[in-house]
Amino acid sequence: MEFSSHQNDHFPGWKVVFFQYLVAVVFFILLVGYWKIQVGEHGRYAEQAERNRIRSLPIIAPRGRVLDRAGRVLVNNAPAFSVMLLRENAASLTPDKVGAMARGLNLDLGELRSEISDASQGNRFQPIIIKPHAELEDASFVESHQTEFPELALLEVQDRVYPYHSFAAATLGHVGEVSEEQVDKPGSPYRPGDVVGQSGVEREYNSVLSGSDGMRRTIVNSRGEDVGSMTSIEVVPGRDVRLTLDLDIQQVAETGLGDRNGAVVALDPRTGDVLAMVSHPTYDPNGFARHIDRETWAHLTADPGKPLMNKAIQAQLAPGSIFKIITATAALETGTITSDFTVFCPGEVTIYGHTFHDWTFENGHGHGRVDLHNAIVHSCDVYFYTLGKLLGIDKMAYFAKHMGLGARTGIDLPAEESGLVPSPEWVEKVYHRKWWPGEAISVAIGQGAVMVTPLQLAYALGGIACGGVFHTPHLVSPSDALALNTKFTAGDAKRFPIGAGTLECLTRGMWGVVNEGGTGAGAKLPGIDIAGKTGTAQVVSTGLQKSSRSSTFNNNAWFVGFEPSTKPEIVVAVLVMGGGHSAVAVPIARDVIKAYYDKKQSHQPTLEQAETQVRLLSGPLQVPSGRGKH
Amino acid sequence: MLRPGKLKDFDWFLLGVAVVIAVIGAIEIYSTTLGTPLVGQYRKQILFTFIGCLGAFVVSRIDYHAILERAPWLFGLGVLGLVVLLFTKPVAGARRWFPLGFATLQVSELVKLVIIVSVAAILADRRDEAATWKDLLKLGIVVGLPAALVALEPDLGTALTFVPIAAAGVLMVGIRFRHVAVLALFGALMLPVGWHFLRPYQRERVVSFIHPAQDTRGSHYQATQSKIAIGSGGFLGKGFGSGTQSRLGFIPVSRADFMFATYSEEQGFVGTLFVMLLYFVLLLRLLDVAQTAGDRAGSLVVVGLAALLFFQVSVNVGMMIGFLPITGIPLPLMSQGGSSVLSTFLGLGMAISVRMRRLVN
Repeated sequence: MEFSSHQNDHFPGWKVVFFQYLVAVVFFILLVGYWKIQVGEHGRYAEQAERNRIRSLPIIAPRGRVLDRAGRVLVNNAPAFSVMLLRENAASLTPDKVGAMARGLNLDLGELRSEISDASQGNRFQPIIIKPHAELEDASFVESHQTEFPELALLEVQDRVYPYHSFAAATLGHVGEVSEEQVDKPGSPYRPGDVVGQSGVEREYNSVLSGSDGMRRTIVNSRGEDVGSMTSIEVVPGRDVRLTLDLDIQQVAETGLGDRNGAVVALDPRTGDVLAMVSHPTYDPNGFARHIDRETWAHLTADPGKPLMNKAIQAQLAPGSIFKIITATAALETGTITSDFTVFCPGEVTIYGHTFHDWTFENGHGHGRVDLHNAIVHSCDVYFYTLGKLLGIDKMAYFAKHMGLGARTGIDLPAEESGLVPSPEWVEKVYHRKWWPGEAISVAIGQGAVMVTPLQLAYALGGIACGGVFHTPHLVSPSDALALNTKFTAGDAKRFPIGAGTLECLTRGMWGVVNEGGTGAGAKLPGIDIAGKTGTAQVVSTGLQKSSRSSTFNNNAWFVGFEPSTKPEIVVAVLVMGGGHSAVAVPIARDVIKAYYDKKQSHQPTLEQAETQVRLLSGPLQVPSGRGKH
Repeated sequence: MLRPGKLKDFDWFLLGVAVVIAVIGAIEIYSTTLGTPLVGQYRKQILFTFIGCLGAFVVSRIDYHAILERAPWLFGLGVLGLVVLLFTKPVAGARRWFPLGFATLQVSELVKLVIIVSVAAILADRRDEAATWKDLLKLGIVVGLPAALVALEPDLGTALTFVPIAAAGVLMVGIRFRHVAVLALFGALMLPVGWHFLRPYQRERVVSFIHPAQDTRGSHYQATQSKIAIGSGGFLGKGFGSGTQSRLGFIPVSRADFMFATYSEEQGFVGTLFVMLLYFVLLLRLLDVAQTAGDRAGSLVVVGLAALLFFQVSVNVGMMIGFLPITGIPLPLMSQGGSSVLSTFLGLGMAISVRMRRLVN
């Protein structure tokens, strides 16, 4: 190629001039852009740059403890550590280093990487927590590798500790890492990684127990050195929550129920205080405090005994004969019968063309002629079938609903079930069929569609024994109720007065159940004024029950006992699922009542207690002639 | 009569403006690394500025016609260099740097000069009113082949800078409307194909520029933080060594591609205006050299260089404030990088060579 110079070999001058204008115009546009940002919007950007200089370290609020009524610690905290990653020098986080960290801390490398890249969008002075509630070996790894990994630091946190392990687990509940669902809920105060109450008291009173985390904030200069502190967010420790639960009584109830499937609830019917609440089988909530492993979780959720369920408030079952107290109340209060109304029980009765058996039918004899007292004492089914026919479903349902069944009691626990009191309307709505009057006959003895929870039975019978004052059951001490913003207030009660005559008749009947060789004779204790009612509720029809040997089809055993028989101080409901016969449930309640009684005796008697003792000694109840045990 | 290229005709003004910009860059590198282990980096920049000045002297002594005559050789050498580069060990995920023992050479920076020379060589003898298809095809190869090789490194930003060199050359010799229309159509058809060849992170940059809310990996983050740096600098700037955004690491590689954000944060709008004026003066001086060049070949060399510098300055300064998507295009003379500084000074050396041999009446 030959390049020679030609004198007249030039481009037209305007072409270069065009380039000159192009440069001028583009530069002018760029300068306008810079002017807008650097002068026009300077304030906004200066503020954002300031925010980038804030280094904030979280201070985790210690969670409040849970105490029993005497102040004994049921749920506590233990100091622990989370591992934090400081990202101030992002360049130092080479892939090799991140890999070594993941290995050292037993973390999934992919997860760690994505956590780091997710966080890279934000303020680099904000550390991220890469291993919450770390093991001791992780803490020592961080401390022994400080020169190698200066980016790792430990954050003091609190691990939840349940010192009595599975003790009252269903009632106290457990904590766990907040779920995505909980974080995403509109207005949710939670951030990912927060530890919150997931069930029981821990969940109900989470906002009280959790307090609020603090933040220590400092400003760094252009070299990353602290140059001043900003107003830090003070840590507000969680409040202790004092329960009405009594550790000693709870212990007796736990032991009494043992490895049986069921629940025990003990209430003070005068106040609604829950003295004990047990649901078995149970689980160890300590397993949830850290990350629960998949296997344990699968095991707990697959267990047919449903250990994560609080059966005291969530098991909805037929109450069996205990419902007879409701039927009897309805019959007396409506004036349908008087207490001397008698029925002859031959072991079966035919009503509406259907033959209903008494529970004694299999033994080949009935109860003979019985009055109301003996019908309660010996749990005569035929007597109450007759009352069921006389009353009809509407009256029974009216009384059942007003005495605490078919609706949540309003206890301060999450996920309480409401049970069910059937009515013709309900049958039509759910089953799209007409109510059959014969169904009322089954309901009268607590079978058929009627369903209750153990708590409801304790609540209902306790309220009846108190003359129709139904105190809302609660776990938190009423003295704390106002401060804790609970859903109940001290003294909350539904009133449904029961006539004095009715009350005396019922009370004497239930005293007889225990003390006159009735179905609850197993609860009889010398010197202790216990009354109660048994229930043996069919789970399935008798035919199916016989064809299956599995205990899942065994009858559920119920007993509700209270003490003293008038103006009771404690009412205990016991459910043993598949227990077969109510006699299984009776001694459990007896032991709980005895524990309460013994504890009361060992204390200096108060005026009220002294009065009770005087009354006991003077023998308030005439003991009618007993009949043979069944 | 063309001047003989005497030393007394050397363009001290052009070189002086370039040196001032380079020194401002070196000072800013010092400022942003103050108190860090990288504080010595500015010395390297000064050293390359010095070497660049010497190089500019040497190149200015050579008659640019002699360089243009060897354009095919230089082109062959440049392509060979880029091919060899693809077989080296990647550094930080890319094959851009050729190890020389004492330093590394970014081959694509020198290839920019090769393309300027090649484009000028192709178009210098065009006596027609406009570029022919043959010219356009030649230009396509001269720009396309190295651009493809550089894009493979991968370094799409640098590959893009080759395009304005050819475009400016074509505009100088003129082009028929028909050709423009066909080229535009071809370009439009190639867009989806080109998109197909983009790497995921490159696609994200484009997407995050068009839809900032869809950004997932952080190219929008870089643009945002760069804007925060510049905006927080205000009218007078935060002062020497006090740019928190750049020094606290919110601006990635604050000494290289994002140098101007670093500078703007510390020196404010006043500093921005000053440096932009310097670039403006530099470019106008180059265009003046192009206007007064002895022949078309000289004009084309200088216009090519001016187009390259103008493109790089506009894109780099524009992307700092979100006018353009983030691409790896350094700010000539200011961004840290020996190869870039050296190549710019050598280019200026060619321009001075053209000026020293300008037409005298």
